Amino acid sequence: MPSSVVAPAKDPAEKRTGGAVPVHSHAPARSLPRGLGSWASIAWFLVPALVLFLVFVLAPIAVAVHTSFFKWGGIGSMDDFVGFENYTRLFADQVFLGDMGRGLYLIVLSITVQLPFALFTAVLLNQKLRGRAVYRMLFFAPYILSEVVTAVLFTMIFLPGDGMADHLAGALGLEGLQGKWLADPSTVMPTLFVVMTWKYFGFHMMLLLAGLQSIPREILDAASIDGAGAWQRFRYVMLPLLGPTIRISVFLSVIGAIQLFDLVWVMTAGGPNHSSETMAISMFQFGFKRYQVGYASAISVVLFMISLVFSLFYQRYVLRRDLSGAVTTGGGR
Amino acid sequence: MASTLPSRRRFLALSGLTALSVSLTAACGGDDSGGKPAADGKVTFAWWNIATTEPGKSLFPQISSAFTAAHPNIKIETTSLENEAFKSKLTATTSSGKLPDVFQTWGGGVLRQQVDAGLVEDLTDAFGWSSDLTPVSLQAYQIEGRTYGVPYDIGMVGFWYNKKLFAKAGITAPPATWADLLEDVKKLKAAGVTPIALAGKEKWPGHYYWAYLAMRVAGLPALQQAATTKDFTGAGFVQAGTHLKELVDLQPFQTAFLGAGYATPGGQAATMGNGKAAMELMGQWAPSVQQDAGADLGADLGFFPFPTVDGGVGQATEVFGGGGGFALRKGAPKEALDFLKFLVLENESKLLASNGYLPVVKGAERQLTDANKKVVADSLVKATGFQLFLDQAYPPAVGQEVNDSVADLIAGKKTPEQVTRSITEAAKGA
Repeated sequence: MPSSVVAPAKDPAEKRTGGAVPVHSHAPARSLPRGLGSWASIAWFLVPALVLFLVFVLAPIAVAVHTSFFKWGGIGSMDDFVGFENYTRLFADQVFLGDMGRGLYLIVLSITVQLPFALFTAVLLNQKLRGRAVYRMLFFAPYILSEVVTAVLFTMIFLPGDGMADHLAGALGLEGLQGKWLADPSTVMPTLFVVMTWKYFGFHMMLLLAGLQSIPREILDAASIDGAGAWQRFRYVMLPLLGPTIRISVFLSVIGAIQLFDLVWVMTAGGPNHSSETMAISMFQFGFKRYQVGYASAISVVLFMISLVFSLFYQRYVLRRDLSGAVTTGGGR
Repeated sequence: MASTLPSRRRFLALSGLTALSVSLTAACGGDDSGGKPAADGKVTFAWWNIATTEPGKSLFPQISSAFTAAHPNIKIETTSLENEAFKSKLTATTSSGKLPDVFQTWGGGVLRQQVDAGLVEDLTDAFGWSSDLTPVSLQAYQIEGRTYGVPYDIGMVGFWYNKKLFAKAGITAPPATWADLLEDVKKLKAAGVTPIALAGKEKWPGHYYWAYLAMRVAGLPALQQAATTKDFTGAGFVQAGTHLKELVDLQPFQTAFLGAGYATPGGQAATMGNGKAAMELMGQWAPSVQQDAGADLGADLGFFPFPTVDGGVGQATEVFGGGGGFALRKGAPKEALDFLKFLVLENESKLLASNGYLPVVKGAERQLTDANKKVVADSLVKATGFQLFLDQAYPPAVGQEVNDSVADLIAGKKTPEQVTRSITEAAKGA
């Protein structure tokens, strides 16, 4: 690969001499706009990035889309063109439809539970509090852990019989939960969500803390002088000013939930009986376990389209406000 | 100070050079994998194995350096990968159409796909010494009468049981029929013992039950026939599921088995090794994994073959299992086969002494000292029929569907009929 990055070196060198022609002042050459030379140099500087983007981002997407129209086992030539069959099969597959439902479940819980919790801790740690730096660090620490380490850790915690979770449930008189957690179709998704929250709320808390700290003290003081209580200051001053941060937080939560893989793969591998399977896990199962690469590509294309369409709409209709809103420009510092 | 640092221009030149040399070595690396004899007569070949745990981890490098010491003109480039990592990497390599010269294979459906794609060397004619190996060990690598792999290990699945717990429940002899097994499960439960350990999370251990029941009820020919007709809806297969359901309905497995792994902490092997369950249906490697994940049961551990089913056509001497072997890339240097001969024929006693492998060479089973290994090896020698693990015998999509739908049956999510229909659907679609 590096060779293809190095190779174009000769080519633009020729272009550069071409761009230098006007200096030799042949009459027609002078009519070349001065901008051409700068365009050429812009192009020349863009080439490496464009080549990388093309080879590592656009080309794989194109290959995946192409592959998704074939029935292909990953070996030999791709010659069994099936049109949209992989897609029709996909949308008739109960497991895949379930994947989408489970994705939605995680998105809704992330926004309604995890985010408010992160906001709560952020507001709390924005107060003058003894040892708040320590708390911030502690809450942020899980985010730094690798996903696989987190998953292995929680596999131990939720181990049937000997795990910490079972002992805790026993001590709290919740014997009905013992031995379930990740092993029962009815409890696996809430359990997974607890682990996700443990891992990611610290990150959102940090984002929100940064947002809180950029709120000018004077505005809050002014509100106090106008007679606003603590709740009113939070509801009518802080929350609106946190808007941009919250919108970014929501965006990251949604994309993260749609593409969730590592945590689930290590903890449950999608089980028991597909009850915690995500789209990314289905894709892996079909691509690398069943060797149905065409079908797996169709899953990846759908996964990509969902993420893309969501991102575009979200940026167009939700994040647009943040580009010209009073908050980003009116902060004054 | 500043003079010791390279100047900016020099630095840029250096990094440019590095980039260039990286691309150059990358280009050379690409050519290297061909394994052609170099100008100086040196032969290099790549060897991909899965020996990342003991005993293979230290034994395989010993064997390969002994071979290269005896043949100074041969160089072996070894890559050892963990089981699942190996499968993923081989898939990626296969789709690029370039296999390593010598690679781990389990035979069956995956090997067949590679053979059909013209990627694997046909060893039949050069492999005269195959007559020194037991026929049962070769079977997984034979496709339409041609041989495409060299086995170095072979084993079978059966019930490993805890003699102490069986005695506690008042069971005097291991069950010989499925009905006896169900009775024993009831006795164990009555005595407060968890009858069976099962790794529900990993699905493949569950498929052993269905596969063995299908062998006992419908018979070996039916399983082989289904592979070609792609029809698994026959009465025998449905009945295999019904029998499995009889067992599942007794709730014989440990608590939370649906979330249990196999070799992981608290998993199937640990449950068995720690004496928390009376039996497990597992391959010849079970004792060593029990020891690894839990504790060594020692003399308390026993082995009995999968029981027969009343009214079924299968015999108790028909075994279900698999092993490990090596296949050669089409066009691999012929020295690679010499190496495999050295590995298998001349090092068999070393492999057996390491306690990690079972004999593939005829008569070598006499060298075994471990009582349980002896039982397994003897059953293999006396075997009247052999069926490779279904998730290897059939194309991967079918094998995985067997695992998936049998897991659903065990969890009560599918009926025996639905299992056979799902597998048939996957077979027709693959």
